[in-house]
Formats: sequence, structure tokens, C-alpha cells
Amino acid sequence: MELNAVQVWMMVCSALVLLMTPALAFFYGGMTRAKGVLNMMMMSFVALGITAVVWVLWGHSMSGGGEDVGGLFGNPFTQFGMSAIIGTEDLIGAGFGATFAIITVALISGAIADRAKFTAWIVFVPVWVTLVYAPVAFWVWGGGLLSEDGAIGSWAGEAIDYAGGTVVHINAGVAALVLALIIGQRKGFGRDPGQRPHNIPFVMLGAALLWFGWFGFNGGAAAEAEEAGLIWVNTMVAPAAAMVAWILTERVRDGKPTSLGAASGVVAGLVAITPACANVSPLGAIALGIVAGVASALAVGLKYKWGYDDSLDVVGVHLVSGLIGTLALGFIALDTGLFYGGGLAQLWAQIVAAVVAMVYTGIVTLVIGLAIHKTVGFRISVEDEQAGIDFAEHAETGYEFGGLGTKSSGFVPHPATSGHLKFSKEEAQA
Amino acid sequence: MKLVTAIVRPDKLDAIRGALESYGVQGLTVSEASGYGRQRGHTEVYRGAEYTVDLLQKARVEVLVSDEWSSDIVDVLVATANTGRAGDGKVWVVTVDEAVRVRTGERGDAAL
Repeated sequence: MELNAVQVWMMVCSALVLLMTPALAFFYGGMTRAKGVLNMMMMSFVALGITAVVWVLWGHSMSGGGEDVGGLFGNPFTQFGMSAIIGTEDLIGAGFGATFAIITVALISGAIADRAKFTAWIVFVPVWVTLVYAPVAFWVWGGGLLSEDGAIGSWAGEAIDYAGGTVVHINAGVAALVLALIIGQRKGFGRDPGQRPHNIPFVMLGAALLWFGWFGFNGGAAAEAEEAGLIWVNTMVAPAAAMVAWILTERVRDGKPTSLGAASGVVAGLVAITPACANVSPLGAIALGIVAGVASALAVGLKYKWGYDDSLDVVGVHLVSGLIGTLALGFIALDTGLFYGGGLAQLWAQIVAAVVAMVYTGIVTLVIGLAIHKTVGFRISVEDEQAGIDFAEHAETGYEFGGLGTKSSGFVPHPATSGHLKFSKEEAQA
Repeated sequence: MKLVTAIVRPDKLDAIRGALESYGVQGLTVSEASGYGRQRGHTEVYRGAEYTVDLLQKARVEVLVSDEWSSDIVDVLVATANTGRAGDGKVWVVTVDEAVRVRTGERGDAAL
């Protein structure tokens, strides 16, 4: 069977969404200190590596591919390894779904920058994707609890979550908050000026690539031209409005509109429009962007007030703007929202879905996080944190600044690969 | 002999070097430095959080000169490094016991 246009579009979109995770690595990497940039980027990269494999093995089956197990999750064995769908076009949707799981778990890493043991993160990623992401995705998109026929959805009404306000952003935001609380503050949190972002151009590059990828994120499920066009325009204008709103907020509050604020505003607007992209008018998208931009700009300060070290503002941006987008649908969803004469039913459905996701994710992430913290340990030592997590966890440093005395520092090729180089360790150091 | 040390704005280096050369100084040492004076540093804002950066980038210029030149060198340095704004830096002079040219072994004023 030949590929049709919708299938081609979906494959292109899947590639766009996959790009968002390395983009997130730049977005987050630039916000850390120079001595932690590689670890930050690696947390995104390894989330991609592990989740892609998990998704092919059982994640896809659990999030909708497998037989319904009590509305809670899909049977992981029905489509284990995606073997059962070889030779079908279902693989295209399965691939698209994988990219969402990847970016969602990668988003969480921003809350634990500079201090999380890499081994602990490697354990956390597959467990969280299996026990939290896959079931929640099943509830919303796979015919589970929160869907029209599900136990909660049939009672409270089906919530709108077009591209993942609940599944991706509220989910990741709550998990980030829980991990930040378990792992504790960075040394010098809120005091050490050395913890300011080391490379804002990286952050802006990452935000730009995220925005580009987000057109696939929001538009990938569109099957009709009318819907695709609406999604495209909304995905352009909501972040644009949020960026302007964020830097205006800064101009009023701090006196200067900042680059980090512009990049953050773009992401806040994208988060807010994610659930709503196919169900609001462009004017609604602008309003949503403005509210999200202002709210997230103010919310990122709460961590200093309340003392949780959500280092790169996953809670302030993703949870807050994700909630705004999800709940705003109750008011501005075309046809069903309160402002369009839809009554309170849609708002109620949105609130229920958000609360259910927050409670479930909060509890299960707490259990997973504590289990890892008590066994593997979630945190590196104080000495390693001060020396820099890149060197401690990866034996690398992000930047080579030259400096004095490189000759005496020694260089020895790896013995396994340098047999053809006829010199010894002593000669190398001479 | 005197060692004249100046902590100055990095962007003033070219002007200082030019002025010292036209005055006849044949060698100097420049190094990167960071620090602050009475005005302290500046404040940067990231997502609304203010970070105070006290250690500002400065350049250190060091010149070894004979006793009779030192006062003039100080004048040249001060005149070229001055912008009239806070953060222009400082110049000081200390007495040097001995100087040796490594290549020839010449000592004292001959080594300058």
C-alpha cells in the first residue's frame, strides 16, 4: 500500500517531535553551570535512548496498543516488541507515540539539575515511563479511565487533551516537583551567584528548536486541512503572545526584558497551547498565551519563596502553563467552553482529568523516587557537586579553556585502541 | 627599581599599551584579573532572580622601570585608563630589590 499524505505528515511530525528532546538538552544545558552542562544534556539524551527501547518493548502496548486491563493500562504483552503490528500502518502511530514519552520524561530532568546521580536517573527513566507515563497516556488517549467510555470519563465527561497538556506537561511538572522535593536543594541554592545560567545562546537555540519541533507535536494528529491549519496558526501565535507577555512582565517587575525570559515565554506559550491547539480560535490562543506568559513568569519565583529547588523551572513553566491550558479549555474551547455557551460540563471534565493525573503521578512518582533514593541514592556527594557533576559522573568537562601547564598533565591513549602507537605510558608523560 | 602595577578596564589595554610605548617603555606584562572596588560588582537577572556578580573582569598591567621613570609611568597609566566612571581601577608602585634578564644574566637597571 502506498503512503498517503496523512501518513507522510505523521512520519515527518514524529521526526520533528524526536528533535525536541535534543533541543531540550540545549534549552536545559545552557541554564546550568558550565561544570554541569554535559550531565544536563546527557539526562535528555539518555531519556531518549532508554525510552525508545522501552516503548518498542512494552510502552506502546501499555499505552493503547495492548488489550485493556480494567481501564488502567494496556496489556504490555499484546504488542510486546511491536511484533504484532509489523506489516501494518499502526507502526507509524506507535513511532509518533514514542516521541511523546521520550520528551515527557526528559522534561522532568530540569528539576534535578547539577546534583542527581546519573545511575539513579537511568533507573528512574524506564520505571517512570512504565508506571506513570504509559498508564496516563492510556487513560487519556488509549481508551482508558479518562476517555469517553472509561470509568471516570463516562462520569465526569471526556476532557480535551489534544497533544498532551495533561499527559505530558502536568504529568512531567508534578513528577519534577516530587523529585525536587526528594532530592533537595543544590548547595548554595538561592545564594550562590555561580548557579546562574552559563550559556543563554544555548537556551535560545534550544527554545527555537523546541518551537520548530512543536509544530509536529501539536500537528501530528491532524487529519483534515481545516484542523491542521488551525493547529499551525495556534502553535505560532500562542508562544508569540506568551513571549511578549513574559518580557513585558519582566520589564515592569525587573526593569529589563531578558533573553532567558523570551526563550522561557516561548516554551510557556507552547505548553499552554498544547492541549488546546485544535479546539480554540487564534484569538483564544493569543489570550491563552498572554495568561500563560504572565503566570509562568511570576510562578518561577515561587521556588525561592517556598524553598523547593526546581532548578530549571519545570514546575513553574510546565505544570503552571500546562494547568492553564488544560483548565482554560473549559472556558474557551470552541462549541463546548463556557464562553461559547457550552456550560460547565467541559470545565468540570478538564478539572477532573487534571486532578486525577496530578494525584496519580504525584503518588507513584513519590514511591518510585523514594525507592531509588533509599537504594541507589538519588544524589551525588557534596564534594562532587562542588567540583562539578560533569567530571564526577562522566569523567568529562564541557569546555576546554586552555590555560597553563597542559604539558605536564599527561595524555595516555586507551590501551585497547593504541597498540599501533609504539610508546609507553612513561614516554607519553615524559 | 620600581614595579608599577595597574588594575584597569580590559578595554583600556590598547590605549595604555600605545601610550606606554610612545613614552619609551620596552616591555610589560598583562594578565587577566578579576575583583571589585568600593562600588562592588553588578546585578544580573535570570527569570526574575537577581544574582550579584562581585568579581568583575579586569586587566593587570605590570611594568618594571627605573626609579626616576616610575612617577611619569604612573601619570601615563592614570591618564590613559581614566574614564571618570566608577571601576576605572588602581595603580600602585612598589620597590624592587633585584631584576635579572634571563637571557644574558644582566642585573639591576641594565636588565630593564
